[in-house]
Amino acid sequence: MARRDPAGPLEYLRRWQMQAWLAAVGLFLYVPLIALMAFSFNDSRRNIVWKGFTLKYYEKAFNNASLIEAFGNSLTIAAVSTLLSVMLGAMVAFALWRFRFPGKTALDGALALPIVVPEICMGVAMLVFFAKVLPWPQGLPWPLNLGAIIIAHVSFSFPFVAVVVRARMASFNREMEEAARDLGAGEWRTIQDVILPHMAPSLVAGALLAFTLSLDDFVITFFTSGPDTVTFPVKVYAMVRFSVTPEVNAASTILIVLTVILTAVALRLQGDPAAAAGHGGGDKK
Amino acid sequence: MTAKAPLITFENVTKRFGKMVAVDNVTLSVQEGEFFSLLGPSGCGKTTLLRMLAGFETPTEGRILIDGQDVSAVPPNKRPVNMVFQSYAVFPHMTVADNVAYGLKVDKVPAADRKRRVEEALELVQLGGLGGRKPDQLSGGQRQRVALARALVKRPRVLLLDEPLSALDAKLREQMRTELCTLQEKVGVTFIMVTHDQDEALALASRCAVMNRGVLQQVASPNDLYEFPNSRFVADFIGTVNLFEGVLAVDEPDHATIKSPELPCDLYLDHGVTGAQGGTLWAAIRPEKIELKKRPEGSKPPKLDDAPAGTNAVAGVIRHEAYLGGESLYEVEITGGRRIKVKRSNLTRWDQEDFALGEAVWLTWHACSPAVLLS
Repeated sequence: MARRDPAGPLEYLRRWQMQAWLAAVGLFLYVPLIALMAFSFNDSRRNIVWKGFTLKYYEKAFNNASLIEAFGNSLTIAAVSTLLSVMLGAMVAFALWRFRFPGKTALDGALALPIVVPEICMGVAMLVFFAKVLPWPQGLPWPLNLGAIIIAHVSFSFPFVAVVVRARMASFNREMEEAARDLGAGEWRTIQDVILPHMAPSLVAGALLAFTLSLDDFVITFFTSGPDTVTFPVKVYAMVRFSVTPEVNAASTILIVLTVILTAVALRLQGDPAAAAGHGGGDKK
Repeated sequence: MTAKAPLITFENVTKRFGKMVAVDNVTLSVQEGEFFSLLGPSGCGKTTLLRMLAGFETPTEGRILIDGQDVSAVPPNKRPVNMVFQSYAVFPHMTVADNVAYGLKVDKVPAADRKRRVEEALELVQLGGLGGRKPDQLSGGQRQRVALARALVKRPRVLLLDEPLSALDAKLREQMRTELCTLQEKVGVTFIMVTHDQDEALALASRCAVMNRGVLQQVASPNDLYEFPNSRFVADFIGTVNLFEGVLAVDEPDHATIKSPELPCDLYLDHGVTGAQGGTLWAAIRPEKIELKKRPEGSKPPKLDDAPAGTNAVAGVIRHEAYLGGESLYEVEITGGRRIKVKRSNLTRWDQEDFALGEAVWLTWHACSPAVLLS
């Protein structure tokens, strides 16, 4: 029998160090998630020993009105704040990419602040802001009562969108814009026909980022939510304070599955996963 | 017969970027139907000139007229010119046909008319049947054709080409050169091309402008540019040249002689020199205009019919040889140490063997060959 060739210089996957590394990644990244999902089907009050398969905790979670409400709140906040973040982030990125104006460097720096400022500080700041500076009216009908949280979420997620969009625009060939102008398009038409299509993958990527950031934010939301505006992470935290029941596992599993489906759909809509990451598919050969 | 009004006129156009003068007081006109080429080293301002014509830059001083109309205040999308960009700038998210149709769509040309014109344009650049492809499915040469079709379909008064062949490989470049020429004859549109490649300019253009550091050096036909340059810069930029600094010794209406400290013999010219006011001037001789002859021990200088004995012939030794197949390039060291470049066609299959390194040779040239340069 022919002996196996020794690993080539670029065949990293055949070296034991790399295999060990991959195994570690798998272990620490996915095993906890899989354990969480598995134990959501565990027929036991406690999350320690496997007692048998059951769906009753899912049933319980679905019948838990306050959990469902929190879930609905989270999705609403995420959807609205994503929409606003993408619009705001794209506009800021466009302005920073396209124009030169006084204070550009300052704006550039200020934009990074929400990314680098510790979340707890942001949370406290928001708490003070909505308590003293702009008190959000209490007792508004749903979904208007979520306004404060939405504003808070937009303020920390639109810089992420801006960063992604800017990175994408860096690969834009200015001659493309000039070509459109040369062929007769006005400024707006050029933006619509040439610049936006180039920006599109980063808008999708930015939206995904903003959506997940909003959906799983706990710290800032914790400081801005009131008794009637509880979001899913805040609710889970409240439940865990009593005990980690499989009900929490079940709710979390649903959330994970939902996020994975959403991401898959977004990537599918986009067609080219490389472009989603801002690597600009096949337009630069 | 009166000359037709030029299609494009640059009137004392100057463009400054901050302190840098990119284009310095250029006055230039281009006639309808010309294949005009702007030639110069990189950074000489030729692209800025083209971009001002397209409307992407505005002149700091002076005016640009298209068809007699001052276009300084006209935005690029309203000018009767279209451009083929250096990167082609084909829109990657549109099919080939959509790319070509884009300009017509913006102009609100009816769909049926649009479809016909797009097909015609694609046919014109030999891309018929590829309309449904995406740009990333095309080769570099094909993408350039898309850019050409996209610009030509709008039936511009002037087509601007920014370094159109620079991104193509050598073989394809040669082919596109011929095609550009044919295309221009077919559509009859005025072409203005920017290039730093002198071969490209000479091969394609009906008239060339040579620029250096923002200043227009010479505007002439390719032939005149090569054979009758007006300055050392042009002579050196277009092709290679041997330059000899010297002074006029004799200047009669029908002949002249130049003495150069670098040449052991006098340089005899079969024409008088106009415009020389004493002082230094330069004789420029192209390498292919110098004849190489073997120099046996004790031989006398060969004499070409049109120059008196003792002129236009120097003794030398071959110090460097580059065999290029069809021709050979030599560097010949003459008495006094100066090296002279000589180009020789290999007319027979044994030619290159006659002149090896270290061979003693005579260099001669005709009295009409040197170009006299005053600057």
